[in-house]
Amino acid sequence: MSLRTPLYDRHVAHGARIVDFAGFDMPVQYSGLKEEHARVREAVGLFDVSHMGEIRVKGPKALEAVEWLCSNHNAEIEVNQAQYNVLCNEEGGVVDDLVVYRLAEDDFILCVNAANRAKDFAWVVKHGSREGVTITDEGDDWAQIAVQGPKAAATLAKLTDADLDAIGVYHFLPGSVAGVEGCLIARTGYTGEDGFEVFGPSDAAVQIWDALLEAGEEFGVLPIGLGARDTLRLEVRYCLYGHELSDETSPLQAGLGWITKLDRDFLGADAVRARKGKAKHRLCGMVIHGKRIAREGMNVLHEGEVVGHITSGTRSPSLGIGICLAYVRPDLSRVGTRLVIDVRGREAEAEVVKGPFYKRD
Amino acid sequence: MNFPDDLKYSDHDEWARLDGDVVTLGISDYAQDALGELVHVELPEVGDSIAVGEALCEVESVKAVAEVYSPVDGEIIEVNEALDGEEETVNTDPYGAGWLVKIRVTNGSQLDALMSVADYRAKVEAG
Repeated sequence: MSLRTPLYDRHVAHGARIVDFAGFDMPVQYSGLKEEHARVREAVGLFDVSHMGEIRVKGPKALEAVEWLCSNHNAEIEVNQAQYNVLCNEEGGVVDDLVVYRLAEDDFILCVNAANRAKDFAWVVKHGSREGVTITDEGDDWAQIAVQGPKAAATLAKLTDADLDAIGVYHFLPGSVAGVEGCLIARTGYTGEDGFEVFGPSDAAVQIWDALLEAGEEFGVLPIGLGARDTLRLEVRYCLYGHELSDETSPLQAGLGWITKLDRDFLGADAVRARKGKAKHRLCGMVIHGKRIAREGMNVLHEGEVVGHITSGTRSPSLGIGICLAYVRPDLSRVGTRLVIDVRGREAEAEVVKGPFYKRD
Repeated sequence: MNFPDDLKYSDHDEWARLDGDVVTLGISDYAQDALGELVHVELPEVGDSIAVGEALCEVESVKAVAEVYSPVDGEIIEVNEALDGEEETVNTDPYGAGWLVKIRVTNGSQLDALMSVADYRAKVEAG
C-alpha cells in the first residue's frame, strides 16, 4: 500500500500528476516541470517534502551517538545549527546522506531520505543505542515544506514570528508559522537557491501549506513537484541517494570528502580510510556538446572502451544544455577530459566540468 | 483529450495523415501528455528509407524517452526542423505545428492496418 503525506489531497486538488516515490504517492509535476523549475530560480516555489524521515536522538549521550554514527564534525555545531553528513557502514559505504539539526546540547534530529527511513532507523538504533540516549522515529509526526527561491524569505516573513534575517545558511530557529506553534524554520534546501525548510506538526501541514501559497501569491508562488526538485538539485550538483550514493559507494569517491572527517573516529571511518585512493570510479560532472541527453545507466566511453556510467542526467532547464553526473575511471575524471556517452547507440560528446552547473548570482 | 477524426492511430500512439502519397506523422495527445514536456526530438535524415515498424525518431521529455515507429514503408522527405529548441510545440499542438516527419509512401494502403479514431479512443480509455 502506498503511503501518503498529510498534503496528498492538496496535490490532487492542485492537479498534480501523482507517482510512486519511495513508497509514497507524491506529486511529480503540477503545471509543468520547466515552469516549476524556472519559478524556483526566479521567484519562489513550495515543495511537500513530508516524506523525508526524521529520527530524534536525545539524551545526555546524544552527541556521542551522533558523533559515532555521522561523518562530519557534529561536536562543533551549535544549538540551532544544521550540518550535512553521511552515515557510513563498516565497509566504508554510504548508508544514507542526511542533515543533522541540533535542537539543544543533547537533542538532535537526523533528517534522512524517504527511501531509507526504515533502514536508517534500524541502523541508528543498532549502532547509536547506549545508556543516556533515546532514539525515536518521528517521521510521521513531522510534515516538512520547503519554500525555495529568491522570494522565499519575503513569502515566509509574512507568516512567522521568527526573525528570518537572524537565520544564517544551515541554521534554524524554532517558531510559529501561519499560527502553528512548534515549527522549526531552517535555512536549508535542495535547490541551490536561498530558501527555507519548515518542519511542522503533521496535523497542521495543510494550514501551513495553504497559508504559504496565499502569502506567496504576490510573487507568483507555485507548488513544485519531484520532477523539478530533481532538475534543480542536479543543476547545483547535489547527490541523490540511490543514484550517486549507495551502500557500496565510498563518500570520498562521491566527492563528499568535505563532510567525511577522517581526522576523527566514527563508524566506518577505518574502512573509508582503507579505501582512500583505491576507488575504480570517481564521480564527476559533465556537460554534453550537442542536443542529446544522458540518462542514468548509460555507458561512458573513452577510446571505444567503457570507462564508467551515468548516475543522473537531464537537459538543464536553466542552462538549456545536457548535464549529467557519472562515475568514471579516476584518471578520466579530471576537469576538461573529453568523453563519449552511449545514448541508445548514438554517441554524445561530453566534457568533465568543475563544480555546480548552475550558480545563482 | 483531443483525437481528430480524420487521422489514423497506431498501437504506439502515433498518428498519421495521408495526403496523396505523403504521410505526415506525429504523436497523439495521449502520448505527449504521458511523456510530459519534450526537451529533445532526435529526427531522422531527409532521404532515409524507412520500413514499416522501424523506429524513425525519438521524442524525449525531461523524465522519459519514447521511440516513434513508422506505420509505412517509404522515404523521409521532410522533418520538422522548427522543433529544434521549441520541442514543446509537440505538447501544445501535437496534430498541427508539432508534426514530426513526412514520408513518401510506396503503398498508402498500409495505413488501413491502423486504428480509426473510435478504436484508438477505446484503447486509450481502456488504459
